[in-house]
Amino acid sequence: MHAELEVHFRDSAAKALLDPQLRANFRRAMDGLMAKRKAQFPDPADLQDLRDLSTAIRSRSLLNLPDLLEQFEANCTKNGIRVHWAETCEEANELILGILQSKGAKTLVKGKSMVSEEMHLNAFLEQHGIEALESDLGEYIIQLDGETPSHIIMPAIHKNKDQIARQFSQKIKDAKYTEDVDELTAMARKVLRQKFLDADAGLSGVNFAVAETGTLCLVENEGNGRMSTHVPPLHIAVMGLEKVVARLEDVAPLYAILTRSATGQAVSTYFNLITGPRGTGEKDGPQDVHLVILDNGRSRIYADPQLRATLRCIRCGACMNHCPVYTRVGGHAYEAVYPGPIGKILTPQMEGVGVRHDLIHGSSLCGACGEVCPVEIPIPEILVRLRREATHTDAGSQVAGKGTGRTRTEDWAWRLWAGLLKRPRLYRLAAWFATRFGKALPAGAPLIQNWTRTRTKPVPARRSLQERMRSEAQSGGTRHD
Amino acid sequence: MNGSKPKKVYFYGTCLVDLFFPDAGMAGIQLLRAAGVEVVFPQGQTCCGQPAYNCGYWEEARDVARTQVALFPEDLPVILPSGSCAGMMKVHYPELFHGQPDEAQVRAFSGRVYELTQFLVQVLGVKLTDLGEPVKVTWHSSCHAVRDLGLKGEPQSLIGQLANVELAPLARTHECCGFGGTFSVRQPEISGAMSCDKAADAEATGASVLLSTDGGCLMNVNGTLEAKGSALKVQHIAEFLWERTHAR
Repeated sequence: MHAELEVHFRDSAAKALLDPQLRANFRRAMDGLMAKRKAQFPDPADLQDLRDLSTAIRSRSLLNLPDLLEQFEANCTKNGIRVHWAETCEEANELILGILQSKGAKTLVKGKSMVSEEMHLNAFLEQHGIEALESDLGEYIIQLDGETPSHIIMPAIHKNKDQIARQFSQKIKDAKYTEDVDELTAMARKVLRQKFLDADAGLSGVNFAVAETGTLCLVENEGNGRMSTHVPPLHIAVMGLEKVVARLEDVAPLYAILTRSATGQAVSTYFNLITGPRGTGEKDGPQDVHLVILDNGRSRIYADPQLRATLRCIRCGACMNHCPVYTRVGGHAYEAVYPGPIGKILTPQMEGVGVRHDLIHGSSLCGACGEVCPVEIPIPEILVRLRREATHTDAGSQVAGKGTGRTRTEDWAWRLWAGLLKRPRLYRLAAWFATRFGKALPAGAPLIQNWTRTRTKPVPARRSLQERMRSEAQSGGTRHD
Repeated sequence: MNGSKPKKVYFYGTCLVDLFFPDAGMAGIQLLRAAGVEVVFPQGQTCCGQPAYNCGYWEEARDVARTQVALFPEDLPVILPSGSCAGMMKVHYPELFHGQPDEAQVRAFSGRVYELTQFLVQVLGVKLTDLGEPVKVTWHSSCHAVRDLGLKGEPQSLIGQLANVELAPLARTHECCGFGGTFSVRQPEISGAMSCDKAADAEATGASVLLSTDGGCLMNVNGTLEAKGSALKVQHIAEFLWERTHAR
């Protein structure tokens, strides 16, 4: 469904870097989030224990994924949840449209769901005459402006209070201009409350799907998740097929590490456990609950033993909050549903490593993401692996678009590089030239030009270390000049 | 090595130190010798292979890495004045050579690799005496030294031994300086923005020298500081330690 166009992260990032307001908004927000997370994990040993446990739970769930999904479906069905499978986003969209149409639903109120973003569900439903309204405050804010989320947990984090104040006064009917956060929130609440009551259907994502009980867990802070899933007569949940865990007790550590890693909260304001439609004698809840389980490339990721770790992700966003690249360019620069480090490994695996070559190379490999990841996804190692996949066609690899990012120029560059560096005599000659004439290289030469945009040109020393050590050996002494 | 302090080590200069920071390499060798260790410096050193490895060109990286491993046949520690190259040889060589016929030989080599300050502190337990004038410095921890190699304050503890040196904390000390090897030329805008922020944080410390254990970071931060005409200088920690502790 994505155009086979090379998207240039470099260009969009360069544009973002020129926006001082955007940069200030992200720097402030990310510094705050890092500090809040840190405060939640005062003891590094405790943190490591919880990470190990969480990693083990997610790894074990993935190891048994086919069986767990079967068990999960059976238990959901027993609970009265109708389960649907979708291999592609198109299939998932059609399934949801079909469910809505079968109930004559015209309006859908949505709790936050990144999978629905992945499907571009709102635009699809709009084409079919169904209004989809975002009820998460951040999602509501960006929907007013027709934007996409810039962060998976805090979708409107690129905007500051003043920007939202201006936006509300222009876009919400009868709204007065105010910069008071409580008043702004009250304005949104007033609109949304009515929508919850009027909506024909509600949609939500799923944070954890419990196989042994057929339970959908939903983590949220605003109560909009509870409202979306309980007030309208029809609830549709969407999830990626990797979300399943074996037991209810698996959820507790994952929940504990999710909220702490994401927003630095010990617990979220709401934690919903959804186990089916309204039962006989119950006073609330929807009459019908449907669940759409989406693949969209996940099976292919699953098939690779190393890349499978990508699917451990619990979508906390800590990798974004700690990423020095994300902090500077924000989420929109990635031109992907999932931005930041996890997006850099997930998006190319879904859309193709060739077409998203730009994302794979948009990292200094500093390792901050892997260091904070609550489920220890080795993001830098996976990036290196995907760089490999983008430029090579190794046998046995199932990576989407493998080899399609290869260029003759880069091939030759690395061949020359190796040709020089595996021949010490040649290197010695090159080093001699570099130390004698390196100064003469123009600052505007290719590649050097990229370096000297913000830096002076590095100048080689007059004699290399090896040359000095040769002299030392020849003079027979251990003193150096 | 049986727990006792080794008498003899190999020194691996790294390409950046070889060409841009040979004084740091010489200082590293001198620090080891001053601690009573004989230093063997094999000629024929080129590069650890990290740039090609990181870009997915693993055959090319292996070709180069093999020639380097072959330079260090004896069972001696291999000391590098770089956290990033040491990380490559210690942590990533085993991945790079996984399933290769010479995997076992490479793994044995990787097990002998140390970053210089790590070796000075953990293995040699060196004691330093400061001979220099009072100075205020700041420390840039390289990402690979900390995250790949697991350095836990060894460089800072060496600086801490120097009586006349004040170590000013650097804000966001664990944030990348923006170098990232090929990243600096593939993504010059982002890399440049990161470097400028790091330079500004370093200047805000009021230190006169920024120290680091990695040539890449030093070259990057130095270039950025020079471009903005800053008075702040950068220096490799080996060179700084040697200058402070030994009369010329």
